Amino acid sequence: MIEKGTSPQIKRITQNFGFGLLGLMSSMTVVPILIVVIFIIQKGAPAISLEFLMGFPSDGMRGGGILPAIIGTLYLTFGTAVFSVPLGIGAAIYLSEYAPENRWTRVIRIAITNLAGIPSVVYGLFGLGIFVIFLKFGTSILAASLTLSIMTLPVIISTSEEAIRAVPNSFRVVSTSLGATRWQTIRRIVLPQSLPGILTGVILGLERAAGETAPILFTGAAFFLPRLPGSPLDATMALPYHLFVISTQVPGMPIKIQYGTALVLLFFVLIMNIIASVIRSRARAKRMW
Amino acid sequence: MVNLALAWAEAYQKIKPDVRISVTGGGSGTGIAALLNGTVSIANASRAIKSEEIDTAKKNGVDPVEFVVARDAIAVIVHPKNPVNRLTLQQISDIYSGNINNWSEVGGENRPIVRLSRETNSGTHVYFLETVLRLGSKDNKTFFSMDTLLLPSSEGITAEVSDNPNAIGYDGLGYMVPEVKMLAVAKEAASGFIIPSAETVNDGTYPISRDLYMYTNGQPVNEIKAYLEWIISPTAQEIVTKLGFVPVKSTSAGSTP
Amino acid sequence: MKDQTPLSERIITRGIQITGYSSVLFVVLILYFLISQGAPALFEAPLKSLAGIRWYPIENYFGIIPLILGSLVVTIGAAVIAIPFGVGTAIFISEVAPQWLKEILKPLVEILAGFPSVMLGFLGILVVSPSLRRLFDLPTGLTALAGSLLLAGIAIPTIVSISEDALNTVPRSYREASWAIGATQWQTIWGVTLPAARSGVLTAVILGIGRSIGETMTVMMVTGNAPVLPIHLNSFISPIRTMTATIASEMGEVATGSTHYHVLFLIGIILFLISLIVNVTASAIVFRQPKRAERILS
Repeated sequence: MIEKGTSPQIKRITQNFGFGLLGLMSSMTVVPILIVVIFIIQKGAPAISLEFLMGFPSDGMRGGGILPAIIGTLYLTFGTAVFSVPLGIGAAIYLSEYAPENRWTRVIRIAITNLAGIPSVVYGLFGLGIFVIFLKFGTSILAASLTLSIMTLPVIISTSEEAIRAVPNSFRVVSTSLGATRWQTIRRIVLPQSLPGILTGVILGLERAAGETAPILFTGAAFFLPRLPGSPLDATMALPYHLFVISTQVPGMPIKIQYGTALVLLFFVLIMNIIASVIRSRARAKRMW
Repeated sequence: MVNLALAWAEAYQKIKPDVRISVTGGGSGTGIAALLNGTVSIANASRAIKSEEIDTAKKNGVDPVEFVVARDAIAVIVHPKNPVNRLTLQQISDIYSGNINNWSEVGGENRPIVRLSRETNSGTHVYFLETVLRLGSKDNKTFFSMDTLLLPSSEGITAEVSDNPNAIGYDGLGYMVPEVKMLAVAKEAASGFIIPSAETVNDGTYPISRDLYMYTNGQPVNEIKAYLEWIISPTAQEIVTKLGFVPVKSTSAGSTP
Repeated sequence: MKDQTPLSERIITRGIQITGYSSVLFVVLILYFLISQGAPALFEAPLKSLAGIRWYPIENYFGIIPLILGSLVVTIGAAVIAIPFGVGTAIFISEVAPQWLKEILKPLVEILAGFPSVMLGFLGILVVSPSLRRLFDLPTGLTALAGSLLLAGIAIPTIVSISEDALNTVPRSYREASWAIGATQWQTIWGVTLPAARSGVLTAVILGIGRSIGETMTVMMVTGNAPVLPIHLNSFISPIRTMTATIASEMGEVATGSTHYHVLFLIGIILFLISLIVNVTASAIVFRQPKRAERILS
């Protein structure tokens, strides 16, 4: 590709043209993102009010607020965290600190990669089969959270493993030389040092879980509940499912409410993004290596 | 029927605050399936339960009991600027089965026809299939044209029809919005073209009318019984009218608005 | 020396080992449930019906070919858009953009990664589909094209971030060697850097496209869900129905244990297999390439 005899001027022109093209493509990719965010803010802001955020839907969901959807998403996110975080961090610790380099470890890694690629609606089918029907949890926050947890597991495992591996080996060596057991080293040195990285991964994983609709469609999402769910065995409304319902299932839904709900969902997601970024940059600054 | 179910649930809980009613959408098929699975107490359906579903019910130990709670017309809708105002059942059947593909064939502009339908789980879909496409005949095996758009629900249909001059759609009277135009339908070319309304449903002149049902598992007792009794009371039936459907019995004032 | 490990440590170690193997357990469970609920379809629905071209489950027509092709068409469309734009953006961020621009572009792509699929579908119904209809004078904007555009938006962040990582991993010495013999930055990118990062970029593309195939809500809201056979030239600008949308739309209406129920799980098995193939391919690429690089360098 590096041809002899091409004049420097032509090389320069080609390069500038090429860079310009790449820049154009990048802006065509990135500018719509900004436009979408601004568009939703603009169209959704008029709907946002205390009543909208704290009230219940009324008039066939064409009025009132979306509190049960917001609370529902919070419950589901919390439920997902409860199951996926300990399991995910545990698996990450295993892979980086305990696992030998053998065939079984490779099997685990293949399993994780596979879990990462399974379509969200297939998770929904699985959740329906095992949690709703087989274990008889019914359409519930419990079933939906468990389903979302398994879906979130690969993200947490891979980012946590990366964060743990980033801790220099010298830290571990020093700790062991002082007489600490493996677990003591992990608990007192490795985990605290890798915590920001792990946290970032967890937040990004939960962010995805909060925005997913397909896995909760048949495992926990409810169309309309007059009251907030009282136990993990109740079904719940949720923001992404609510957005789907009001934009496709209820006739005569005011546009303002649709955009308002989209805005709240977007806001959730953006907040988690920002928190993750802040943790990441503060960690980079305070890093001890 | 989800509109109606929601409105009823909301109104009932205002007068009986300790009763909890949660409503889920998804079409008649979904509701009946849920009743058969034992996950709901009442299934709303805009079509009668099928014999296969009754068989499945018996296998699952469920005994479906039928209640007529309201009546409805299926309106055929087009874009407000579409010059076509009326169609016969046969024409509608031909349009939806793919035999007629251009608006000019029924007196409209030279535009391709885009067919919109509810999903197969919708009672409205099944009713339309049996009554309009197959003209009520059990032996008729006409299908929807394969390129018919199956939209997740009523809102999708009215949104697309109000925006797209090529579109034709259908849905219950209660889902109509002012941004679409309802067509006058005639049973045959010789009979009159009738616009759907509460009157034409009740006097039987509109050819595509139907009953709306609620199914329970066995004869209802306690709270469910009270709810169903309230639903056929004048207060609840006024809500039916307000939403654009047709009450089971006329309201006490006599004629419907 | 006798094993002095206290009981608590051994319990914890065992616990961690269990969590380590949990992923394998879940994959096995998922496979088991999919197969146990989906395999009966092969016995209940005649193979001729399954391999047929009409999908009309309420009258026992279970032809899944239109659904598979529908998913395929929409994914290919997404790939055609996402690969150039994704890889191009990754190259731009990694090799061309100055630091201040990187700090703007990378967070923006990350925001795109966070967009919930239902939100993109929502914008699709309200903005993208009507615009497509007006722009191209189509009968309707609810088409495979609308789906592909939005799916590209879902695939691009994956492609950009993994490609960018791969490009960053290429040692600086490679680039410096290229400049040293007089190549421009542009020539270096295409002649040295990108080929060196080839396996990583390929992995990024495959994983990004893999995400598109499995997407549900977006396609359910904007592709029209018509179970047509998308084999004509203009199928791309016509409505189609994907496997994922079919499962999501119809699962609610099936009675547990019915033939329709089993067929939907069968479609789930197909989706699982597709994602399996995608992942195995991506892993194989990653494992193969380093050996070649080692040979060249030694």
